[in-house]
Amino acid sequence: MSARGVVVIGATSAIARAVAQQFAAGGCAVIVAARDQDENEAIAADLRVRYGVEGHAFAWDAEAFDTHGAFVARCIETLGDRLEGVVLCSGYMAEQKAAQGDWSLARRMIDVNYSASVSVLERFAAHFEVRRSGFLCVVSSVAGDRGRQSNYLYGSTKAALSIWCEGLRNRLYPAGVHVVTVKPGFVDTKMTWGTVPFAASPEAAAKAILKAIDKKKNVVYVPWFWRYIMLIIRHVPEWQFKKMKM
Amino acid sequence: MPEPVKNQPVAGWGRYPVHECREYRPEKRRSIGDILGERAQPNYIARGLGRSYGDTAINEGGGVISCLRLDRMLGFDEATGVLHCEAGVSFSTIIDVFLPRGYFIPVTPGTKLISIGGAIANDVHGKNHHRDGSFGHSLIEFELQLPSGEIINCSREQNAEIFWATVGGIGLTGIILTAKFRLRKVPSGFVTVDYLKTKDLDGVLSAIHESDATYQYSMAWVDCLASGRSLGRSVLMRGNHVGPGGLPAAKRSDPFNMGGRFSPTLPFDFPQFALNPLSIRAFNVVFYALSPGGQGVITDCDRYFFPLDSIHHWNRMYGKRGFVQYQVTVPTAEVQAIVEILQAVAKSGKASFLAVLKKFGQGNEGLLSHPIEGFTLTLDFAVNDRLAPFLRELDKTVLKHNGRLYLAKDAVMTPETFRAMYPRWEEYKALRQRIDPDNLLSSSLSRRVGLTP
Ligand SMILES: Cc1cc2nc3c(=O)[nH]c(=O)nc-3n(C[C@H](O)[C@H](O)[C@H](O)COP(=O)(O)OP(=O)(O)OC[C@H]3O[C@@H](n4cnc5c(N)ncnc54)[C@H](O)[C@@H]3O)c2cc1C
Ligand SMILES: NC(=O)c1ccc[n+]([C@@H]2O[C@H](COP(=O)([O-])OP(=O)(O)OC[C@H]3O[C@@H](n4cnc5c(N)ncnc54)[C@H](OP(=O)(O)O)[C@@H]3O)[C@@H](O)[C@H]2O)c1
Repeated sequence: MSARGVVVIGATSAIARAVAQQFAAGGCAVIVAARDQDENEAIAADLRVRYGVEGHAFAWDAEAFDTHGAFVARCIETLGDRLEGVVLCSGYMAEQKAAQGDWSLARRMIDVNYSASVSVLERFAAHFEVRRSGFLCVVSSVAGDRGRQSNYLYGSTKAALSIWCEGLRNRLYPAGVHVVTVKPGFVDTKMTWGTVPFAASPEAAAKAILKAIDKKKNVVYVPWFWRYIMLIIRHVPEWQFKKMKM
Repeated sequence: MPEPVKNQPVAGWGRYPVHECREYRPEKRRSIGDILGERAQPNYIARGLGRSYGDTAINEGGGVISCLRLDRMLGFDEATGVLHCEAGVSFSTIIDVFLPRGYFIPVTPGTKLISIGGAIANDVHGKNHHRDGSFGHSLIEFELQLPSGEIINCSREQNAEIFWATVGGIGLTGIILTAKFRLRKVPSGFVTVDYLKTKDLDGVLSAIHESDATYQYSMAWVDCLASGRSLGRSVLMRGNHVGPGGLPAAKRSDPFNMGGRFSPTLPFDFPQFALNPLSIRAFNVVFYALSPGGQGVITDCDRYFFPLDSIHHWNRMYGKRGFVQYQVTVPTAEVQAIVEILQAVAKSGKASFLAVLKKFGQGNEGLLSHPIEGFTLTLDFAVNDRLAPFLRELDKTVLKHNGRLYLAKDAVMTPETFRAMYPRWEEYKALRQRIDPDNLLSSSLSRRVGLTP
């Protein structure tokens, strides 16, 4: 039996799957959580066959808030003291133009990207805080670093998520619980297929994520150079930024 | 929500031809049906790792469905060695996962960078075809999503007709979702190789004839620039798996560890002038001279089976215009064809870096499966304006000797040639008419050879 265990939420994301695989390759038991249970089962089976580790597929729907408590309890019960941490990769991006005219789309982004993340991770945080160990790794986005006309509805949900991570990190520091904020630039997944000019592989992104967890980094950009791209973008003065087409 | 699609030029490994395609890359099993059902493109073809050389996995102006993100291993039965996985799983991954546990893939081509879908759709063969047949031989069953969207199980017992149309069926019967096939227990990650240099073609043919029965793996590299009395001079490389006892002491305790490997990348296209008859002649001469002679040379599986995989993008060697691989198989009795082809190549000065010769065992029931009992010869040619007419002449030689070209490699054959080479094409086409009346599946190759309109 593996001595260590992690929970990966939003497992049908290619980034999440690579994260789960890399943990499993290191001998970790993994709970993968997704709303698409058929896919989730295949992902868990893959972990078992490839790495010979324990792989559990738990159903989790971000928008079914009243189920989150039971989900977290089940994860804790299944892995017990082996549970080292949680990586949250779930996210939803509607097309900006469509979401501007359709509150249900904007709301879904708020629900999935922000509310659900808070709902589920606050519960894990409480457990880790009492236990005085553990990590929470949250996949946010560079899109949350500045509001742009082409993507601000999604971006603002990620901005909220990043700020929440900051506060949580601050709160949990004395308890020895670490919070990592991951800000991907472009990663080659179904979210970006056909829409971006270049992208990092999910495997490379996952590698950077595991390294950030291991090294107890606070905020990482993935790939790393996005830190500098965003540094420039963040420093354009607002009077000028508002005139730009981005 | 429409399925995400990427418009881009796509080619096979030979980088000729290059066609504009609309590429999909589903990450969920269900998305395959969604893509086909959406009918946003006139037609679709599945694609694996794109290691076919020509145009079988590309679709000019149509949809290409990359199966690479559908690469989950679903189950492994220790008792029988049967692996159940999705079609996008690569041989390379299977070897990484299972060689340390003592299993190897029963049939591997000269590269491990191929997918299960591609292995089935081209019914690939390896250095052990004379013993173990093609990939179809170890294949037990697969799930196929038909153009109608229906998902069926195919095996020798269930939907047998579609099974044999799909094994070697170049992707035109449906999208393979998952497959079950046997892995082979091996005693280590190494092969013991016996080399034999022969002076001419007769030498290699008689050596193959005499010794193939005692080797699981056998193939010859032919110096295709040698002519006259040396025509067909070769290095025959024959191997068997070796147990830990046969390994050097240092490797015995960890017999499945092949050790690391240096893998450089060919960073850019070689310019046209780099590849000329002279440089290739030099390469062939050096290769022949330097090939290790000797018996019982212990070689790890990577180096033995996949020598070219260590150089990423080696296909850039043939320059920007790409290259064509010409693999011809002739019945045993027609071995004269090999002589004629080698003569024609030597005479033309059309260079081929590596020419490979191998004896095939019996073929199978796959309607378009390539291997037939006989000899197979593989040549590479850089694409230039004079290539097509030259290949047309070679085609005539092949046809005269009842031979056939391998569709996984082909980029130039005509419909007439195709029909003559694959006499069961009519059965295949009739079956396709039944399961794909609207020709929703189609590729650049299938249109070129007249299998789809
Ligand atoms: C260096 C090198 C050496 C080689 N040596 C050999 C050899 O020794 N023997 C040999 O037989 N071949 C050899 N090949 C050819 C190669 O093995 C075949 O072309 C193989 O089919 C490639 O697999 P792929 O995953 O790249 O498929 P692709 O080239 O992407 O596709 C091949 C065919 O499979 C179909 N296909 C792919 N996935 C699916 C799916 N899920 N469902 C339905 N159809 C699908 C495609 O439509 C296409 O028709 C070699 C190739 C290279 C580059
Ligand atoms: N790709 C990039 O370039 C990029 C850049 C910046 C940030 N990110 C972030 O990286 C994370 C992973 O994204 P990705 O690129 O891998 O794209 P993705 O495949 O779309 O991943 C999003 C994941 O969230 C899940 N999800 C969405 N709505 C859900 C719901 N209501 N309930 C449960 N799960 C839900 C998805 O499940 P389904 O498969 O069922 O939809 C999927 O597993 C996301 O948070 C994304 O915002 C990605």
